[in-house]
Amino acid sequence: MQEIINRAKELLADGTVARVLGWKAGDLPYNPEPAYFENAEALSDFVYNGFCGANLSKYMIEASKLEGKTLVFLKPCDTYSFNQLIKEHRVDREKAYIIGVGCKGKLDIEKIKKAGIKGIESIEGAEISDAAETLKIQTIYGEKEMAYADAMLERCHVCKGKEHQVYDELIGESKETKDAELFAEVERIEAMSPEEKFAFFQNELSKCIRCNACRNACPACNCRKCVFDSTKFDSAQKANVDTFEEKMFHIIRAFHVAGRCTDCGECSRVCPQGIPLHLFNRKFIKDIDELYGEYQAGEDTESKAPLTNFTFDDAEPSIVGKRG
Amino acid sequence: MFKIAKENLSALFQLIAEKQELYLPVKAAGQTNFAAWDKDAQVDLDTLKTVKSAKDAFFPQSENLYNVTKKEKKMHIEPGALKEQDFVVFGMRACDVKGVEVLDRVFLADPIDSFYAARREHGTIVAMACHEPEETCFCKVFGIDAAQPASDVAAWMIGEDLYWKALTEKGEALTEAVKELLTDADEAPVEEEKEAVHAIVEKLPYMNLSLEGWNGDALKEKFDSPVWEELYKPCLACGTCTFVCPTCQCYDIKDYTAGESVFRYRCWDSCMYSDFTMMAHGNNRNSQMQRFRQRFMHKLVYYPANNDGMYSCVGCGRCVEKCPSALNIVKVVKAFQDQGGEK
Repeated sequence: MQEIINRAKELLADGTVARVLGWKAGDLPYNPEPAYFENAEALSDFVYNGFCGANLSKYMIEASKLEGKTLVFLKPCDTYSFNQLIKEHRVDREKAYIIGVGCKGKLDIEKIKKAGIKGIESIEGAEISDAAETLKIQTIYGEKEMAYADAMLERCHVCKGKEHQVYDELIGESKETKDAELFAEVERIEAMSPEEKFAFFQNELSKCIRCNACRNACPACNCRKCVFDSTKFDSAQKANVDTFEEKMFHIIRAFHVAGRCTDCGECSRVCPQGIPLHLFNRKFIKDIDELYGEYQAGEDTESKAPLTNFTFDDAEPSIVGKRG
Repeated sequence: MFKIAKENLSALFQLIAEKQELYLPVKAAGQTNFAAWDKDAQVDLDTLKTVKSAKDAFFPQSENLYNVTKKEKKMHIEPGALKEQDFVVFGMRACDVKGVEVLDRVFLADPIDSFYAARREHGTIVAMACHEPEETCFCKVFGIDAAQPASDVAAWMIGEDLYWKALTEKGEALTEAVKELLTDADEAPVEEEKEAVHAIVEKLPYMNLSLEGWNGDALKEKFDSPVWEELYKPCLACGTCTFVCPTCQCYDIKDYTAGESVFRYRCWDSCMYSDFTMMAHGNNRNSQMQRFRQRFMHKLVYYPANNDGMYSCVGCGRCVEKCPSALNIVKVVKAFQDQGGEK
């Protein structure tokens, strides 16, 4: 971590960047927050550890409008989002100085708490430099342990790899954390009967509290004004009614980000109700792969996306229809 | 003081539910929230904090105020029904009970909100003392005793028994109604439990949070502070903090047009949203900094200014747990402490 801080100080001192966008230590062992640092002194609060799951790419939309360059730290998976934002002309590459930081998988405090660990005082093993496979968690109710892998975010179990897709320089090593099949969960749902599928999603989506955390954290949800925030839109979009969450909001959002979603997993990470929202997006990714050939949004900034490009070999709608 | 064995709780719930509606923490799709009891409900009294508070029981996230329908050439206006049936909310915590007091001061002050008042009149709260408070809890900062909820009935889960003590007339009435399942109990185990919980509370990391300087008199100083410009930046402008909060009480009123009828409903609103309190002239808070500032100024300055110094935060810590950007009211209070309101 010190290497990252030192490099940030150098880039601030020599005027390469006007500010640093990273993570600031929280007041609990697991709650660092995205933050801007404008001088060397402020960087004393900088932190980069297993709890820095927040994808900073989306913050770069606003940072692109500021004077001068912003130094931003991106994990390998975050860089896909950044590339996609370049492709959509929502961030300015020239306004970003990207340091790709190493990642050994990010932690999910919800998983730690779901394991019955509470009253957390300190957590050992979450440091990025730490090779520990186990988290040692000191709590008011005694010392607990949890395997690092068991506490990882879902997205890390299907990690896209250690390679950063866009960067100016790299600091730190990454670790392979993939230990599950990307489409295993989607296939499990595909195998369900329509009634089972409906029941599954109804059960999950009825927990939705319409907080919009998924939308606001999503780098692909970058419309200047969301249709669901429109005062002229005559639906009950602000009300917490089952029909809306279960049948409209999340489905519409998934359609809107189809072909642009990099599967960064922020939607599921931030959902206060633990709804596996990534499943919608991943189903689209699977379908796109099957119908138009393998495609990973955010792998580059130039290629034409399958859903915004026409070729004579495109899947016919009737075929799509038949396949459901 | 009475008690009931843990294994008899489902009989207790069934008995209550025979005569009234019963809301309690139920686990569904992996998360625990307050929901109506039925025989198949997976009751979860072990989870300390439900994701949403029990606020919905008195102030639901969405409710119809009235419906307008057209029949032939006449318009019919049908007001939304007020709660008429008694109900019980079981398993709230001391912080959430205090949260209801915060809501009372808003909705039961003139002009009285009839929908809310009807629910308060018909609702009986059975609150459970906290057994193992968590690091995100800071109710003591607001003078709340996690081991002694100020509800209609206070309950303590100790070992294999639930101890039960009526504290109000409503509580006495409910106790009478379920008396066949209760047995007399000694207070000693409860006193012991309270002491143990108090000892844990003292060890919690936020226990020494100081609210010095947060009051109605500090309005201008806090409002004009440059600290907000730094604090709000990670905020994604979602409404998670406001929707999991037991005291946030802002709502929007909207019309839903369905062909020849109109449903006028109200639903929770969030000061984090860009259309919050939007009026014909536009929006009176046009930056996220202003919207972010509004939430904390309301909790710690405006509300106490209008309510004899009472804060509209109860230290439940749900925002601490749920904010996607790890922001929360504790960090706000600390930021002002660190910088003395000046930068």
